Amino acid sequence: MKKELIELRVNGRSREVAIEPAKLLLDTLREDLQLTGSKRGCDDSSCGACTVLVDGTPMLSCTMIAASISVDDEGHAPEITTIEGVAEHGAMAAIQKAYGDWGGAQCGYCTPGFIMTVKALLERNPEPSDEDIRHALSGNLCRCTGYTQMYQAIKAAIRAEQQGIAAARR
Amino acid sequence: MAENTYQWPDASKRKLIGKRMNRVDGPVKASGRAKYTYDLVRPNMLYGDSVKCPYAHARVKSIDTSAAEKMPGVKAVHVIHGPDDGAKGEVFWAGTDIVAVAAVDEPTARDAVRAIKVEYEQLPHLVLNDKEPNLAEAEKSELYKVASKETVGDPNSAFQQSEVTHEGYYGSPVITHCCLETHGSVAEWPDKDHLFLHISTQNVPGIGEQVAKAIDMPASNVHVHQDHVGGGFGSKLGLDPWGVAAAQLSKKAGGVPVKMMLNRATELETAGCRPSAYARVKVGAKKDGTLLAWESYAWGSGGPGAPGSLAIPYVWKVPNQQKQYVGVVNHIGPSRAWRAPNHPQMCVITMGALDDLAAKLGMDTFDFVKKNIDLLDPRSKIYSEELDVANDLMQWKARWHPRGDSDTLGIPMEAISLQIGDNQYPPDSASGGSSTIGGVSSATFRAATDAKRQLIAKVAPALNAQPADLEVADGRVRVASDASRSLSWKEACSKLGAQTLTVRGTNPGEGDLTNSGVGGVQMADVSVDTETGIVKINKMVAVQDCGLVISPKQAESQVLGAMIMGVSYALYEEKVMDQTTGTMLNTNMDNYRLAGIGDVGELVVRLMTGPGYDERGVIGIGEPPTVSPGAAISNAVANAIGVRVPFLPLTPDRVLEALEKAQGEGGRA
Repeated sequence: MKKELIELRVNGRSREVAIEPAKLLLDTLREDLQLTGSKRGCDDSSCGACTVLVDGTPMLSCTMIAASISVDDEGHAPEITTIEGVAEHGAMAAIQKAYGDWGGAQCGYCTPGFIMTVKALLERNPEPSDEDIRHALSGNLCRCTGYTQMYQAIKAAIRAEQQGIAAARR
Repeated sequence: MAENTYQWPDASKRKLIGKRMNRVDGPVKASGRAKYTYDLVRPNMLYGDSVKCPYAHARVKSIDTSAAEKMPGVKAVHVIHGPDDGAKGEVFWAGTDIVAVAAVDEPTARDAVRAIKVEYEQLPHLVLNDKEPNLAEAEKSELYKVASKETVGDPNSAFQQSEVTHEGYYGSPVITHCCLETHGSVAEWPDKDHLFLHISTQNVPGIGEQVAKAIDMPASNVHVHQDHVGGGFGSKLGLDPWGVAAAQLSKKAGGVPVKMMLNRATELETAGCRPSAYARVKVGAKKDGTLLAWESYAWGSGGPGAPGSLAIPYVWKVPNQQKQYVGVVNHIGPSRAWRAPNHPQMCVITMGALDDLAAKLGMDTFDFVKKNIDLLDPRSKIYSEELDVANDLMQWKARWHPRGDSDTLGIPMEAISLQIGDNQYPPDSASGGSSTIGGVSSATFRAATDAKRQLIAKVAPALNAQPADLEVADGRVRVASDASRSLSWKEACSKLGAQTLTVRGTNPGEGDLTNSGVGGVQMADVSVDTETGIVKINKMVAVQDCGLVISPKQAESQVLGAMIMGVSYALYEEKVMDQTTGTMLNTNMDNYRLAGIGDVGELVVRLMTGPGYDERGVIGIGEPPTVSPGAAISNAVANAIGVRVPFLPLTPDRVLEALEKAQGEGGRA
């Protein structure tokens, strides 16, 4: 199939890729940019393992055409954030650390998708209730560890962030 | 002093065992850096796909791959199941791989698959399995294997003595494993004699030999590698045809890597299957609740090999039993081990029947179980203790009320069930059969103990002491009677010089480090909307025994995961087959539903630890907690709505049907 050159904004960088026009964002990220943290799970937007942020909104990259969010003629494009872009300045973001600490990951295959959803939730709503968390995460599925530890992880991440902010102010 | 035997340390001397440690691989997984087989992108990698048989039972008559072979971008074509393969090309389930192709990208591979022509002769099939087989027919038909008939005690007179009897249907359908990372592999040949196989598996140590056998090469020339597996649950223990095909395609394409991962539909249709189990059960007891008699006619199916007999009544040593079992051969993807094979199904049947009997006796099931606790030998004491703990966590006694004694809408009610392991699986090297923690921890412990002993022997002269006088504590090797005479771990190791210690721990080995057979109790509190038939889990409690708990956080994680899997199979999961075409209808995760975060309610886990549990050694926890959730939830629903929904999953249509049927019967009465 004939390839086309497109430009994507991924994790704060501009990335050029030569891909088939119909190529999915998920496959482009995984195969062409080697960003394999976003996972292929269900193929049909049921499981959330492929979740990335597009201008801060969680989107399912397995049902999104990469070219549809590439840089347009005026140089504009939505900002795509993958799990690889969550680790800021080389250190793990609070939410990633908390998932590890609280046992939010077992096989870990669904974990990046969950973390992207949680990141979007916390940016929108810094102190979510359990009901808010349930609602936000209802589009992500886990087959082995489950969900109970995720509430604890999210709350721990919020505490860590708040302590971090407080420490920075002192 | 150096120990002379292998023995887990006493509770007072444990430093890390039983502490809430983090997963070692938590950070790599949470950062997206963990590489799964599906993530591999190798230089010049080709993508594999395959032609799959659309019929449940057929014979391959001819295959024409010529058009596909001429397509640009197609690098290899390999026939997996030709007219001469197997029983003369006979295919036993829809989705069987017939021809595999490798191409430069996925779209080209899909196009090549479409260009391959396969002629089939369709044969009669059977896919449904919840209908009770007629025994007279069963004894004549090739599709039925009358697996067992067994009598214990004197069931006839026991039923005559029974003052209360109950008869009902119970069961659960075929479900599929639905690993989030599908099955598959990336195969490449660095040279013509050596295969390098990346594969999503639970069995890294065993898979090389299986591949070697399948393609007739020395096992020592197969290098198998996997960093992380995205779920297996028993379905990734063996080698699959697509794994062999990837290796064959790579070889034909000159050794370049070939990636062959299943798509979701194939994963659901052919790469997972927990056999069904159904039963008509009659049980009898005295008015005081003493359980006397069990009679069951059970059947089940799980693909081309009929599943073996069911050990029902599960766990309960009912003194008088009459049992028959028929295994049904049907044309669906073959069954695979599924976290505690057959145990959840047996538990659903047994605990459903006993719960209904207790209801008929007007007894709280909790009291019924306590009354008959001796029949749970040899784990009566464990179950009894666990029941009390679960009662506290659920506030069962304060909240229990008789079945159906509730409002018409949104009725929270509780139920109870028992589970057991008796998992006499040999410790093996694959990660399955709940043998991992037992196998890994005991072998590691033996190795560490040996290494410590050897190190002490080496450094004793430096401390001017005998090996027997030394101990290892707080990161130092020291003289037990005089802690001032010591070496840091680093100093001690430096005494080894260039000769490092390499010690291998083995299983089985000396010392009572592991054990098997556990008991657990689970309770569920549900609400049922009697207008829509929707079941909602409010709270579940799992009290689980697994001997010495090495790492509580991970052990609890296993139990929580098992409970959630239980909610899924109790409420949603079923491999729905189309009788006419013989194919699976719900081959996507929209229609093959798994429980999400909003479906599971509050989950409480309590591991039994301390005296009576710890000294039994390490016991695997992967399987046991998956056994009871189905029974606990089914019983809770029966209690809430006053009538049994016979078969899992407890979908709204089944709940409404059971309610309607009960109302109809009530109307006639």
